[in-house]
Amino acid sequence: MALPTYTFDAIIIGAGGAGMRAALALAESGSQVALVSKVFPTRSHTVSAQGGITCALGNVHPDDWRWHMYDTVKGSDYIGDQDSIEYMCEVGPQVVYELEHMGLPFSRLDDGRIYQRPFGGQSKDFGGDQAARTCAAADRTGHALLHTLYQRNLAEKTNVFSEWFAIDLVKAADGQGFAGVIALNIENGETAFLHARAIIFATGGAGRIYQSTTNALINTGDGIGMAIRAGLPVQDIEMWQFHPTGIAGAGVLVTEGCRGEGGYLINKNGERFMERYAPHAKDLASRDVVARAISLELRAGNGFDINGVSCVKLKLDHLGADLINSRLPGIRELSLTFAGVDPIREPIPVVPTCHYMMGGIPTNRFGQVINVDEHGKEYVVEGLYAVGECACVSVHGANRLGGNSLLDLVVFGRAAGLDVKEKIRDLPLKSVGEAELDAAMSRLNRWDNTREGESVSQIRFEMQKTMQEDFGVFRTGEHMQQGLDKLLQLQQRLNHAAFKDHSRVFNTTRIEALELDNLMATALATAHAAIYRTESRGAHSREDFPKRDDINWLTHTVYHGEGHRMTQRAVNMKPLHVKPFEPKERVY
Amino acid sequence: MVRSATSLTGNGVRDWLWQRVSAVILAVYTLFIFGFIWCTPQLDYATWFQFFQGIGVKLFTILAALSLLTHAWVGMWTILTDYVKSARLRLTLEVLVIIALFLYFLVAIAIVWSV
Amino acid sequence: MSEAMRTVKFKIYRFNPEVDIKPTMQDYELTIPDKQDMMLLEAILRIKAMDDSLAFRRSCREGVCGSDGMNINGRNGLACVTLLSALKQPIELRPLPGLPVIRDLVVDMKIFFEQYAKVKPYLINDEPPPAKERLQSPAERKKLDGLYECILCACCSTSCPSFWWNPEKFIGPAGLLQAYRFIADSRDTAKVERLEALTDPFSVFRCRGVMNCVDVCPKGLNPTRAIGHIRSELLAEGN
Repeated sequence: MALPTYTFDAIIIGAGGAGMRAALALAESGSQVALVSKVFPTRSHTVSAQGGITCALGNVHPDDWRWHMYDTVKGSDYIGDQDSIEYMCEVGPQVVYELEHMGLPFSRLDDGRIYQRPFGGQSKDFGGDQAARTCAAADRTGHALLHTLYQRNLAEKTNVFSEWFAIDLVKAADGQGFAGVIALNIENGETAFLHARAIIFATGGAGRIYQSTTNALINTGDGIGMAIRAGLPVQDIEMWQFHPTGIAGAGVLVTEGCRGEGGYLINKNGERFMERYAPHAKDLASRDVVARAISLELRAGNGFDINGVSCVKLKLDHLGADLINSRLPGIRELSLTFAGVDPIREPIPVVPTCHYMMGGIPTNRFGQVINVDEHGKEYVVEGLYAVGECACVSVHGANRLGGNSLLDLVVFGRAAGLDVKEKIRDLPLKSVGEAELDAAMSRLNRWDNTREGESVSQIRFEMQKTMQEDFGVFRTGEHMQQGLDKLLQLQQRLNHAAFKDHSRVFNTTRIEALELDNLMATALATAHAAIYRTESRGAHSREDFPKRDDINWLTHTVYHGEGHRMTQRAVNMKPLHVKPFEPKERVY
Repeated sequence: MVRSATSLTGNGVRDWLWQRVSAVILAVYTLFIFGFIWCTPQLDYATWFQFFQGIGVKLFTILAALSLLTHAWVGMWTILTDYVKSARLRLTLEVLVIIALFLYFLVAIAIVWSV
Repeated sequence: MSEAMRTVKFKIYRFNPEVDIKPTMQDYELTIPDKQDMMLLEAILRIKAMDDSLAFRRSCREGVCGSDGMNINGRNGLACVTLLSALKQPIELRPLPGLPVIRDLVVDMKIFFEQYAKVKPYLINDEPPPAKERLQSPAERKKLDGLYECILCACCSTSCPSFWWNPEKFIGPAGLLQAYRFIADSRDTAKVERLEALTDPFSVFRCRGVMNCVDVCPKGLNPTRAIGHIRSELLAEGN
């Protein structure tokens, strides 16, 4: 059976902030672009981002992008690539002004300029006083950003393949790079080959590998799974950010902006415990620091007990109803709905919750995917790009600062779009053979042809439980090894799993099965990388290796799917316009 | 923009405005008539006939009849375009409504002029 | 010691065009701990774990993405922010009314998005942008509150009788809310053109003030008020 083929200059997989920004950059080029998304674009997870987008506009106080760069390098625990961080912080203001010109409804200061609030890990003058650098649209910045980008794409008449699920990359017949992807139209269940000169992955995160996560149900690491199956590496995938404040029990995010606006955490004794862990920055220390502090408080028995869940509380009531209603209205709504608590009167019960994947598909600062050959030599995969959370460009290193993810999305979405625009005439439309198409279809065919077997939801549940128990805020080699063994067994079981409903029209179970392949690939990569890195750095806290080890581990880890092989890759310490920031002890 | 040939003015704002203006006229007319009845201790055919002989009352009555026409047409047109999805049937019904309204108007004029 | 359990009853609209000629209502029972409350979405996810043929959309599970709009006991809402305890049993779930059903609780939202696109829901400003941001005072920005927060879940438009009768001609509450969001934006320069495009008897004026939209909006927005503002602007412009 011949697959229907659609040909484009470029295809973008994923219509969150990064994918839609890339689409916009390309739209003006007159190229034929397809934006493929498994959900209608405004359902993408960018919509849930709350607190804001960080860049040195200097609207509240004199500011400098180099200070932002310093904070980001320090926040990354020195394994962020400094050329990428430099680029992001330097063009950040321009990219944010572009968003404003597109119509993003930013909150405003009295003088009419964009409102900026303090966020964790921000400083003036290279580690000085707390800075206020995060631009916000109340506490719905992600929603405002995603809708604005969708609206601009409507204006530019971008070709959207809404509710199409990308299954796998199709290799070029000559073995040089990739010719396109196989995608499935969810509405009628039919597959097609999307053939293109350039492919941009913008598939987002994979927080659903954990049981308790702030992430949407759609965050299943589809790009990570596709990359690994295509023989591409993933980098620093052990680095998972646990957000200090997810609503206890529900996992729903409560923005760091709450603490930026003056909220703080208390334990069951009413103590503002962050003063002990980070005397200078207190509640606005980096997320890894605050998440660990909360975990230690809970371990010491200082937690509240809410229906059997041990938690701390985020106190906002002292800020007053006016501030909460104007700056944090969405948080109040979420807290009332998911915790039954009105933050104007009572503190919100919170626990550290899986939030963000710092690792991903390695790229350079133009978004081009990097691969490593058998001799360990790096090369660019021509025509293949990755941007946003699925990429590891790496601006976040071992720990992302709040407000830097929305910036990452638009800066590198735009950069990749511009790079493709420039190169599109020189990029060939690669030919494919039946063998390549069959290979990319094999996963779907496996699922479609299996009628009896264990259910998808059972295996997913066990995988999430294993990740939660053995790869959480604190990690030890022994537990992680046990966790890995369980994951490997689960992978075996997954190879024989099945679903009952084999109908075609809007079969979401079929999609969930394909997603589970991606989740499992991400979980296995995480487990291998976490065991491999025998030190503590940023979000990766090992009790058996509690110290940072710059001699051996000031480096990226690289996971290769074949044989679960681990290697290292040098961190870029060569920014183009400033002097590199040398590793220092990280205190807040 | 949705094109529409059969609505009163072909323009939503003006239709909307006409409907409201006519409603106000009808309301005032109703108050006027009830006010007359209220203030007339002995209401019989003679006083009623005499009341309608005034030129002002005649003109106001015709204005009210016109308003009724306008108001009914905007309303009926809206209802028909909401519920009757067959264009042919809708057009037929619209023509019938127009004829009926026109006849009502003629009858109203005949009555008022016969006084 | 085993925990006390209770059974929650559901009646869910089922239709798979590949096998069904007509839709049916299917009964489900879910057993959960007595004291535990949960969001309706969580309950449906558990039902799906038992019957994998049940189809519905979902994404953020916190009421901001707008995926899981459905008709819950006769009223449109988001499953992810509706507590089970607030619902009378059996809990009856149907797809959003007035739109074609693709399968089970999944509706075809094409016409809804077309009406949204019709109002040109993007900032229009032909003047060259300044080097920095366009200035907007907090008071001007405040006019966008209650408008920009829409999540396009379609709960409002699919509860609106006028939208049921004229989905191709009446823009509907969701689209009109966004139309006003840009009319009200001090940075937009296309107000006159925007208003002109809304002067026909259908686009705006089919709103009969039923206010179902206000009643069901899961974000607490008020499309009827926005429509009222558009009418006032149209009158003021003398269209």
